[in-house]
Amino acid sequence: MDKNALRKNKRPKKIKAYQIVFIALVYLFLYMPIFSVILYSFNVNSDNLTFKGFTLSWYSSVLKGDPLWSNMWLSIELALVAMVISVVIGTLATIGMYRYDFKLKKYINGLLYIPLVIPELVIGLASLSTFSKMGMDMGFATLVFAHVTFCVPFVIITLRARIADFDRSVEEAAMDLGANGWRTLWRVTLPMLAPGIFAGALMSITLSIDDVIISYFVSGAGQITFPVKVYGMIRGKVTTDVYVISTIVIVSIVVLFLAYMLVKKIWNKHHQN
Amino acid sequence: MKKIKNNKTRLSILIMVGPTALWLILFLLIPMIYVVYISFCTRGTFGGVENVLTLDSYRKIFSSLYMSVTLKSLVMAFETCAICLVIAYPFAWFLSKLPKNVSSFLQLLIMLPFWVNGLLRLNGWSNILRDSGLLNTVLINLGIISSPLKIMYTDGAVLLGMVYCFFPFMVLPLQTSISKLDQSLIEASMDLGATKRRTFMRVVLPQTLPGIFAGTIQVFIPSLGAFFVADVMGGGSSVYLGNIIQEQFLKARNWPLGAAFSVLLIIFTLVVLKFYSKVGSLDDLA
Amino acid sequence: MEDKKPIIQLCGISKTFDGTEVLSPMNLNVYEGEFLTLLGPSGCGKTTTLRIIAGFETPTQGRVFLEGNDVTDLQPYRRNVNTVFQSYALFPHMNVYDNVAFGLVEKRMKKPEIKEKVTAMLQMVQLGKMENRKPSQLSGGQKQRVAIARALANNPKVLLLDEPLGALDLKLRKQMQLELKALQKNLGITFIYVTHDQEEALTMSDRIVVMKGGRLEQVGTPKEIYEHPATKFVADFIGESNIFESSVVSEEDGMLTLMMENGHVKATGKNFKTDEIVYLCVRPENVFLSETPVEGFTLKGFVKDHIYVGSNVKTVVELPNGNLLRINMHPMSKLAETGSLVSIYWDPAKAVVIHTKEDSMYDAIEDAVLKD
Repeated sequence: MDKNALRKNKRPKKIKAYQIVFIALVYLFLYMPIFSVILYSFNVNSDNLTFKGFTLSWYSSVLKGDPLWSNMWLSIELALVAMVISVVIGTLATIGMYRYDFKLKKYINGLLYIPLVIPELVIGLASLSTFSKMGMDMGFATLVFAHVTFCVPFVIITLRARIADFDRSVEEAAMDLGANGWRTLWRVTLPMLAPGIFAGALMSITLSIDDVIISYFVSGAGQITFPVKVYGMIRGKVTTDVYVISTIVIVSIVVLFLAYMLVKKIWNKHHQN
Repeated sequence: MKKIKNNKTRLSILIMVGPTALWLILFLLIPMIYVVYISFCTRGTFGGVENVLTLDSYRKIFSSLYMSVTLKSLVMAFETCAICLVIAYPFAWFLSKLPKNVSSFLQLLIMLPFWVNGLLRLNGWSNILRDSGLLNTVLINLGIISSPLKIMYTDGAVLLGMVYCFFPFMVLPLQTSISKLDQSLIEASMDLGATKRRTFMRVVLPQTLPGIFAGTIQVFIPSLGAFFVADVMGGGSSVYLGNIIQEQFLKARNWPLGAAFSVLLIIFTLVVLKFYSKVGSLDDLA
Repeated sequence: MEDKKPIIQLCGISKTFDGTEVLSPMNLNVYEGEFLTLLGPSGCGKTTTLRIIAGFETPTQGRVFLEGNDVTDLQPYRRNVNTVFQSYALFPHMNVYDNVAFGLVEKRMKKPEIKEKVTAMLQMVQLGKMENRKPSQLSGGQKQRVAIARALANNPKVLLLDEPLGALDLKLRKQMQLELKALQKNLGITFIYVTHDQEEALTMSDRIVVMKGGRLEQVGTPKEIYEHPATKFVADFIGESNIFESSVVSEEDGMLTLMMENGHVKATGKNFKTDEIVYLCVRPENVFLSETPVEGFTLKGFVKDHIYVGSNVKTVVELPNGNLLRINMHPMSKLAETGSLVSIYWDPAKAVVIHTKEDSMYDAIEDAVLKD
């Protein structure tokens, strides 16, 4: 391990000015539309086809209450529920498939790859037609079913990459020191997987909250997620409250992220002393 | 791996793997099979399907109108891949030259936009690019152009939207591949007399090929089905495979035809994966 | 050995993985308080044997006894033996203290007792001040010590060590060998140590079990194994040996006269038939050169080279048939001139003769094991 790290430790290479410019341009490309969304959240003009000038009035009206919040909360709720289910069953499955060998394993593996490789559109319409054939009404339940289905594989594959780097003897060491299978899982396997579980959870939320295609097929009249609501507006007029709420979300995420980094930094410093 | 299975191990396997297996069978495998079945059914009078088996839907797919749309979609998907690759490869390469903490921060920045809905980001582009949008306003006010540039609602705009939406999926596998590259291989190649260019062709490119393939697949496949990009950027004038399927299912209520197109999409996917499985691992696609 | 009682008994254990036998049925007793080493090249079955004792593998056949109780089907966490892993296997998410306390927490010990025990253990391995470090912040030698402290904290009946020094550099390795040996003596706990390094085995062990291809080759004290290798493999694997095929001319009261291709020599051994083809093994430090023939020896050769290696001089003598004979000489001794023809001899008691036929060889080993 140590030797490997040493070998792979790349000396800082010189990066040329034009390369930095290139990187910056790519990020500009990635973030330009986001700046545009933020800019339009201050737009005086309500038709949003042109930008006329700055106002904060949209923010005050959105913060007082806006029907779109219910769609946003639904999206967040859905993302969290789907994440919890995906992480729980996905983590168990990853460990089970890592520890044991059984005949059906390769078929389950095959199933896992379907959501990764088949266009979401197909999964969406397949879910819709099956759910309606089974007589289910489209709503929160069908959304959860479909979201977990495409989140679970990502959780499992993220975790699997981590578990593959495991030193198998670490689990054996726990057993050797008197921990049985479940105690080993609780005290050693899960804590070691924690960063992977965290990454998988983040991945699951990210995919779920951004999803339009599958949600579009399986959401019902009363239960419309934020992205699906936006899709409904997109060919006509996008109302400014959409921009406002999105801006609030992205700013919150950035703030949360910075806070996390800060806490981590303080924590590390504290621990070194 | 334990070979001798007693009842306790069986129970453990069932508890651990069972829930995921059951979930995937119920909500993934059965729906996929059902779609294939629908594609052979007859369209119901009021939408839905009637259980009369026919090949009608498949005959329709091969009509010249639909074939040209299919072809156009494939070309668009190829173009999207090519542009993403050409930008993403040097981008990932340059990123790898940065110090570790900077590059991992920048990597997070690639994922961050996903927290603003994809549709809205596309709408952000249309706010910039449309005739009365930010770009044209600025250019006209600066006196560079006199009449607005027609960018939105063209095939070019759809391509831009596609590249924008799927670019991160090209970057991430490439980054993984490039970060795995052993620096001493490059040094060895140069030591043995290969120029930088030759080193790239003979050492770097073959080593990063799995990343290139993984990225290509992750861009190619979803771009075949992403109907909303054409909706926003093409403004309804551009019709691609994804739009047809979506319309058949939700507006024209012709489920069998939509399902048949889906099967076509699945077949494209399987063909691409067949090639891919020879060079890379499916796990790299996550 | 008769006065000692066995703490571990392996009775006819064997192991088959996917149809290949990695361990042939074997019997072995491990005695209380001894330092036993399983020695052999990779793939010889030594690690499998250790893992069977630890409980990570179930033997395909045979039983394992710990203090007379059958533990063959007991899970690792129900056996009072602990392992020091080759990769250390420290829990990366726990600091040094929590690593050492792991087994004690599993035993539901009270916190103050745990603290006392962990502190004592860390002091024993001289890591008193490292309690709060994570494994990633430790050097290889320090990780090694934590792994040992962690295993010993459980007061195991037997400590199993799987090539624990393999990842350390030579100097640290030599130092840890002495420390481990001293630790074992002080604690009086049985150590079963797996290694492929014969020098390490000779340095540390009370007894050595030499294994090859899933079979026992020889069991004995380092001295026995070095001076009386039972098989050609053991003679070759442990220390340096000159090994030649020769045939038995005659046996007289355990004194053998052998004929090599280029002359007659003497050695000791019993139960050899006349004309039997045997292996003759002589250690380089036991061979001497003389200008005049010595009684019983007619072997001669040309001095080819002298190689100075510090503590001694390695002389290479070429026999007329082209075979080379290696001799260790004291650096101060007078060296024969290169190219000169010399007579070769040794103390017959220090030359070992080994059967070439596998069957009779393994019979001899089995006898030795059963006697033991």
